[in-house]
Amino acid sequence: MSAKIVTITSGKGGVGKTTATANIGVGLASTGERVVCIDADIGLRNLDVIMGLENRIVYDFVDVVEGRCKLRQAMIRDKRLDTLFLIPAAQTRDKTAVSPQDMVRLTNELRQEYDWVLIDSPAGIERGFRNAIAPADQVLIITNPEVSAVRDADRIIGLIEAEEKGPGKLILNRVKPEMVRRGDMLGTEDVLDVLAIELIGIVPEDESVIVATNQGIPVAMEPNSKAGRAFHDIARRLKGEDVPFADLGGGDGFFGRISRMMRAGGES
Amino acid sequence: MKPSLTVKGIQNGLLITLPAGEWLNVTDQLMETVAAQDDFFRGARLAIQVEDRALGAAELGSLRSALAEHEVTLWAIISTSETTQSAAADLGLSRDLEIRRAEDDDIPADTQLPGEEAVLLQRTLRSGHSVRHPGHVVVIGDVNPGAEIIAGGHIVVWGRLRGVVHAGAAGDESSMVCALDLAPTQLRIAGHITVSPSRRGKPKPERAFIRDDQLIAEPWQAGHK
Repeated sequence: MSAKIVTITSGKGGVGKTTATANIGVGLASTGERVVCIDADIGLRNLDVIMGLENRIVYDFVDVVEGRCKLRQAMIRDKRLDTLFLIPAAQTRDKTAVSPQDMVRLTNELRQEYDWVLIDSPAGIERGFRNAIAPADQVLIITNPEVSAVRDADRIIGLIEAEEKGPGKLILNRVKPEMVRRGDMLGTEDVLDVLAIELIGIVPEDESVIVATNQGIPVAMEPNSKAGRAFHDIARRLKGEDVPFADLGGGDGFFGRISRMMRAGGES
Repeated sequence: MKPSLTVKGIQNGLLITLPAGEWLNVTDQLMETVAAQDDFFRGARLAIQVEDRALGAAELGSLRSALAEHEVTLWAIISTSETTQSAAADLGLSRDLEIRRAEDDDIPADTQLPGEEAVLLQRTLRSGHSVRHPGHVVVIGDVNPGAEIIAGGHIVVWGRLRGVVHAGAAGDESSMVCALDLAPTQLRIAGHITVSPSRRGKPKPERAFIRDDQLIAEPWQAGHK
């Protein structure tokens, strides 16, 4: 058994890296997969809050790197899913506390016993980003349908290609089908037009994400949430299942265009 | 104002014509130009037109060393002075711009066209990528917003051009920019600069160049020159 290491990154901050990491983790773990989520945003940790595990932290990732505890001691088991674990970031240190080699070494230790290691990358293109992508087998790039976020995603894709981590796959987050239909928001087609990489998920804007985040319950645990369902779909696609893209209510044209994009962009 | 030196992209590199004046002054001016546009000149091959100046091997040798410090190769000195010509020959520099061919080269001249120095990039240039080349630049793929190309000669993009491009960066006003979809963030040719007008209708192949001291873009049409 060897875990697949997946890094979720974006370049721009605030587009949903941490939310996506938590929810894809929930999506995978709820099908019985053994999942470890690592918060690589050292100094600005968030993943523990979104997963609702903040009050259980004893040791963190930097403690492991610096040898103060064993990897197992820093792992926090989720309250609801017993195959989901979190390794939190240190809040009192910065990115230089960890090197890309540390990341590779520690994630390799996890490969034996788990199915998936998800790494939540910090924003930016500096050390923290380098740390987060160093061990990755696969990189997911998340962006919002906004020109500035797409620009940063494009830069990130270029850097990932330079590191020979493959082209990566795209998650388009916070899409408002209504605005896309009116022509007030970039559509999936517009974003793929620039980025030209394979799409792995489209997550609609959904208020329940904010509610869930504030309660420390990932939205993928909420059965009636559209965004939650989209994250479950991403998890299934990661496992290699062929899951059609859901119609977000943007009309036939919208759905038709997405499926066309998938056929055109999927062969890489 | 100092008389300026001119830089032109040629088949084998760049041709620099020095202005009239004291040798030390004009070489200083050349070195300042090279230092100021370090990125552009790095790796370039220079031919220098010195007119009828009589120069010795010491002068040419020190110029060659100074250029070498900026990773610039001096390969030819063009002069009408015999002293200069023999000094250039002593240093192993070419004295004209011809490419020498083997003596027994009997291929008919009209089927072999000389090429010009260019780089070809077969990939998408993404935000943050930068390409600098003293010759021409050809891209097969898109040039995304946030990417830049700076070329001594023409820039040709077989794809969508949406980044920043500068053709004729050393001042060659005959340079062009061609793209299947010409919508750059900013387009520069030599000392001219423009931004794309907002798009109307479907993208079509276009060519931007300087005519009557104005930077203009024209749609490509079969048969036009």
